[in-house]
Amino acid sequence: MKVLVPIKRVADANVKVRVKSDNTGMDLNNVKMAVNPFCEIAIEEALRLREAGKAEEVIAVSVGTDAAKEQLRTCLALGADRAILVETGEDLQPLAIAKILNGIKEKEQPGLILLGKQSIDGDNGSTGQMLAALAGLAQGTFASELDVQGDSVTVKREIDGGLQTLSLKMPAVITTDLRLNEPRYASLPNIMKAKKKPLDVFSPADVGVELGAGIETLSVEVPAERQAGIIVETVEELVEKLRTEAKVIS
Amino acid sequence: MAVETIQARSGDIFTTEDETLILNSINQWLDRDVRDKVLELEHADEYPHEMVEQMKALGLFGASISQAYGGLGLPSSTYAKIVTTISEVWMSLTGIFNSHLIMAAAVERFGTEEQKQRFLPRFATGELRGGLALTEPNCGTDLQAVRTRAVRDGDDYVINGTKTWISNGIEGGCVALLVKTDSEIQPRHKGMSLFLAEKGPGFSVGRKLEKLGYKGIDSAELIFDEYRIPADNLIGGEEGHGFHHTVGGLELGRINVAARGVGVANAALNDAVAYAQIRETMGKPIGQHQAIQTKLGDMATRCQAARLLVEDAAKAYDRGERCDMEAGMAKLFASEAAMENAAECMRIHGAYGYSKEYHVERYYRDAPLMCIGEGTNEMQRIIIARQMMERNPV
Repeated sequence: MKVLVPIKRVADANVKVRVKSDNTGMDLNNVKMAVNPFCEIAIEEALRLREAGKAEEVIAVSVGTDAAKEQLRTCLALGADRAILVETGEDLQPLAIAKILNGIKEKEQPGLILLGKQSIDGDNGSTGQMLAALAGLAQGTFASELDVQGDSVTVKREIDGGLQTLSLKMPAVITTDLRLNEPRYASLPNIMKAKKKPLDVFSPADVGVELGAGIETLSVEVPAERQAGIIVETVEELVEKLRTEAKVIS
Repeated sequence: MAVETIQARSGDIFTTEDETLILNSINQWLDRDVRDKVLELEHADEYPHEMVEQMKALGLFGASISQAYGGLGLPSSTYAKIVTTISEVWMSLTGIFNSHLIMAAAVERFGTEEQKQRFLPRFATGELRGGLALTEPNCGTDLQAVRTRAVRDGDDYVINGTKTWISNGIEGGCVALLVKTDSEIQPRHKGMSLFLAEKGPGFSVGRKLEKLGYKGIDSAELIFDEYRIPADNLIGGEEGHGFHHTVGGLELGRINVAARGVGVANAALNDAVAYAQIRETMGKPIGQHQAIQTKLGDMATRCQAARLLVEDAAKAYDRGERCDMEAGMAKLFASEAAMENAAECMRIHGAYGYSKEYHVERYYRDAPLMCIGEGTNEMQRIIIARQMMERNPV
C-alpha cells in the first residue's frame, strides 16, 4: 500500500510573524520556515505504518514554490521514500490544493492519504475534507489514533466532549490531530541520504488542474491590542462591574 | 533563497540547504529533549546519558569524519554552527563530541589506512567515544613539557605517567594520548608521539574533577601504570610526530572553542534582550533606559563580530589553508565576548541573574573555560602577533 502525505511549508511555529506594512499578507522575508506541525504528525504516522509492515511506500507531496523543496527534503530525511512538488507561485486556497491533490491521487492510487488537520498559517482546516469529497473517498478527520487492518482502517476522532471511533474502507482520507503521535527529528546521516531520493516536480496542468482565482485576499490585519485588565477586590465588586460596566449580566 | 555549495576539507560536497536542514534538526532536538532539562542536570553535575544516546542517533559523533569512514564529513563552517547552536542551550554538551572529533581528525589526517579502518567507523557511530589526553599536572599549553613516557618493548609500548583535566575521561573508551618516546632528543618536540589508547589493564581513571562550570561533562585524571599498548596504535606508525599531530588538531580545536564562545555570548544576549523588554523600572521596561541600551548594543556587536571571526577561520580551515592566526583570533575574541556578555547579562538581570533559577549564572561560570581551554588567550595573542610578523616581513 502507498501512503500519500500532503505537507505544507509554513512559518516556523516559534517565529513571531508580522503583517506587511501594506496589509497584503504576512512578512515572510528572512523568516525561518518549517513543515506545518500537523503535517509532521501525518508523516510520522505514515512512517510508523511502513515500519509496522502495513505500508510499502510513503510519498510526501507539496504544492507551492520551488522553496517548498526544503520541506519535502525534510520529509525525505525523516524517512519518506520519495517526494512530489506541484510547483506554482499562485497563492492557493484549500479548494485548489484539494483539486491538485486529487490529481496526484489519480496518478498514484494510494491506499491512504494522511494530512494534517489544518495548517498553522491559514487555519482553514478544510483541505482534507474537500479532497475526500472530490475523490469520493471515506474520511476520518481529527484522528488521535488509527489502526489499519486489511482493507479497512479504524480511526479514533477527537470530537467535542469525547471520542468517536469510525471504521473506514480504504482508500481513505485521514486528517491528523495533535495527539496522534510525537514526530521524530531527522538524523544528520539521513539528511544527507535524502539528497539521493527522488523529488519529482509537476505543474498543476500536469495533474489536470486549471487554476482559477476563486478567492482573493483583500487585507490582512493584526488583532486589536487587548486592553489591560483590572483586579477586583471582592466577588460583590465583580458582579457589580459585570452588571454596570461590562453589561454581560442583568 | 538560492542554494550554494559549501566546501569541506573532507572533499565531500555540501550545500547551504544541507546546512539549514541539519541545523533545523539540531534545534528540534534541543527544543524537545534538552532545553528543559539543562538546569537540573547542570546543578546536579550529572552526566547527560540520555542526551548522549540522542546525539548518537543524530549522528553528531561522526559530524566531521569523512563519509568514506562512516561519518558525515561536514565542513567545519557548518560544524561550527552546530557547536554554536548547541552552546546557546548548554555549552557542556559540545564537549562530549568536540574533543572526540579532534581525536578522530588526528587519526584521519595522520593515521595509517589500517588505523582509519579500525577506529573511524566506531568513532563515527559514537560506539567508541573519547577525547584528547594532552594536559598533565605540570603542563598544559606548553605541551613539549609532557612527562608521560612510552618505551618500546617488542611489538608493544609500555606507558607510564599521569594526565589531567581530560574531557570524557570517565565516560569515554579511548583517548589520543600524547607521550614522550624520547626525552633526550633536541628539539624536544621530536621526542613526542601520539597513541590511540583504549581502556585496558594499566589504564585507570582517577577522580572526577570538580569545576566552576562546564558541569555535567566528566573531566578526569588518567593514570597509566605499566600500560601496554600495541605498536599498531601509534598514530602514523612512526615515532617523533606526536607534537605535529597534536598541533595539527589545535586549529580545529580552537575553532570549536570559539564557536562555543559565540554560543554562550548569544545565549547571554538573547536572555538580556528578552528580559529588558519584560522587567520594568520607573514605569517602563528597562530596555527603554539608555543605560541598558548601551549594554545591549555592545553585546550584540560582540556576538556578530565573534560569529564572523569564527566563520572566517572555519572557511580558511575548509580551504585547507594554514589558519592558526585566524583560529586564534576567533578563539580569543569569541571567548572574551562570552565573558563580557555573561557579565553584562547578569547586571541586566540584577538579582535574578545571580539566582540559580535562571540560566544567566551558568553563562557566567561557563564562559571562562573558553578563555583557558585549548591554549590560553594569552598564548593566542602571541600566536597572532608572531604570525603577523611572519606574514609581513620587512
